[in-house]
Amino acid sequence: MQSTFLYSVLSMGGLGALLALGLGVASKKFHVERDPKIDEVNEALPGANCGACGYAGCDAFAEAVANGDAPVTGCPVGGESVAERLAEIMGSEAEESEEQVAQVLCKGGTKETAKAAEYEGIETCTAASVAGISEKRCSYGCLGLGDCAHVCPFDAITMNTNGLPEVDPDKCTACNKCVEKCPHDLFVLAPVSGENHIRCSSHDGGKFVRGICEVGCIACTQCVRVCPVDAIEMQDNLAVLDYEKCINCGLCAEKCPTNTIDFYGEKIEHIEITDDCVGCTRCAPECPVDAISGELKEKHIIDQEKCIKCGICYDVCKVDGAIKKEY
Amino acid sequence: MDSVQYILLLFISTVLINNFVLIRFLGICPFLGVSRYVDTAFSMGLATTFVMTLTAFATYFINSYILVALDLPFLRYVSFIIVIASLVQFVEMFIKKASPVLYKALGIYLPLITTNCAIMGMALLIPLNEYNFIESIVFGFGAGVGFTLAIVLIAGLREELEFSDVPEALQGVPITLILAGIMAMAFMGFAGLVTI
Repeated sequence: MQSTFLYSVLSMGGLGALLALGLGVASKKFHVERDPKIDEVNEALPGANCGACGYAGCDAFAEAVANGDAPVTGCPVGGESVAERLAEIMGSEAEESEEQVAQVLCKGGTKETAKAAEYEGIETCTAASVAGISEKRCSYGCLGLGDCAHVCPFDAITMNTNGLPEVDPDKCTACNKCVEKCPHDLFVLAPVSGENHIRCSSHDGGKFVRGICEVGCIACTQCVRVCPVDAIEMQDNLAVLDYEKCINCGLCAEKCPTNTIDFYGEKIEHIEITDDCVGCTRCAPECPVDAISGELKEKHIIDQEKCIKCGICYDVCKVDGAIKKEY
Repeated sequence: MDSVQYILLLFISTVLINNFVLIRFLGICPFLGVSRYVDTAFSMGLATTFVMTLTAFATYFINSYILVALDLPFLRYVSFIIVIASLVQFVEMFIKKASPVLYKALGIYLPLITTNCAIMGMALLIPLNEYNFIESIVFGFGAGVGFTLAIVLIAGLREELEFSDVPEALQGVPITLILAGIMAMAFMGFAGLVTI
């Protein structure tokens, strides 16, 4: 009995030691250099493995970043802080990447949009869309069954009582899941600073839209004409906003007769040039309505009759306090 | 019986008549998990065959020169698990160094061989059947070939299945299990092909 015990311990211990030694030697001999940056990058990532970057997970993304195949700004969940950290590791400058947030491009809830039918099928937008059924008469609008709210991994989307999704900008990480899920393509990722949103996706003609939806785009093109920076374009009976060009002046929202355009920023009430103006003439050519006049090295004046209060002159002015705006 | 003929018959018997997957029902996990595509199934089969042959080699020595010699048969499970785990680790390191492409292709399945019960079963069957050294190697290799055969066959069938009209309730795993059952019955037809 004593010997059995002894032999067991000795043989198993010996076997284990031998194999451990063999593996130890093998791991040295067959060691494959792995870029230490991969692990460092991996550490800095959120680790949610959500796949929003387009790679199979945080590890795959880390490898791509370390190899230089993916940009340091590629992680939409981590936002700027992670991008900076990655840039530090990779020794490059983080390009300015503005955080984005999902926006719903439909305002037509059950109150605003005419009802066409009662849908009693499977309670998902995808199913309703495959069946070609919408409760609303608008075939472009929100189906209201909340696929976006279900797919959102961050609980940022809730369906309100009007049957429309609401995005919580604080929770939204711009992971793009809702954009991909919505069968009517009603979500876009817009910069966080964007204050103007044209909330309609209907390509139907103006007359038809007016008949079925209180807040649909009727393609009157007033916003296109009023926009000082040509950020709005008509695409097949629908006004589409280019977020990169938009300066958030809110003029389009003011003009919009159907209230399709939302503006969350502050509207400039009054803007004027003060005595600090050095007469650099920088603002005058930028004014979309030629409301600014003045000679070189003399104080310029804004013609308040013509001024549309878009704020472009304020943005281009290089002299502190030369242009004053009031909200 | 002539020894060469006997070895050959043992090999055929291990591959077909006592196929590890379809007759002994060992290694069902990779059989269902990695049989989506013929390519990966074949790679998995090769890796398993390699590990099986090495395991047969190693466990034969451990069994006859340590466990039997010291009269410690109850340590078979423990020692075999250690050996298999170490071997898989070693193979993984070796492939990673020698062929990164194959390493990438095998991916997660390589370390999963550690927990493939077909290998453990094979290692335990060797002392049970009292095979000698040559027989053990042939048995291990044959088990691997049998596994590869089964997994490649079902992968081929599953690739065909992608295009067929499967009833909704049976899609995915259920139809694969039915297929495996039919294949197992077909393999039962090999019984009596050779007798050892």
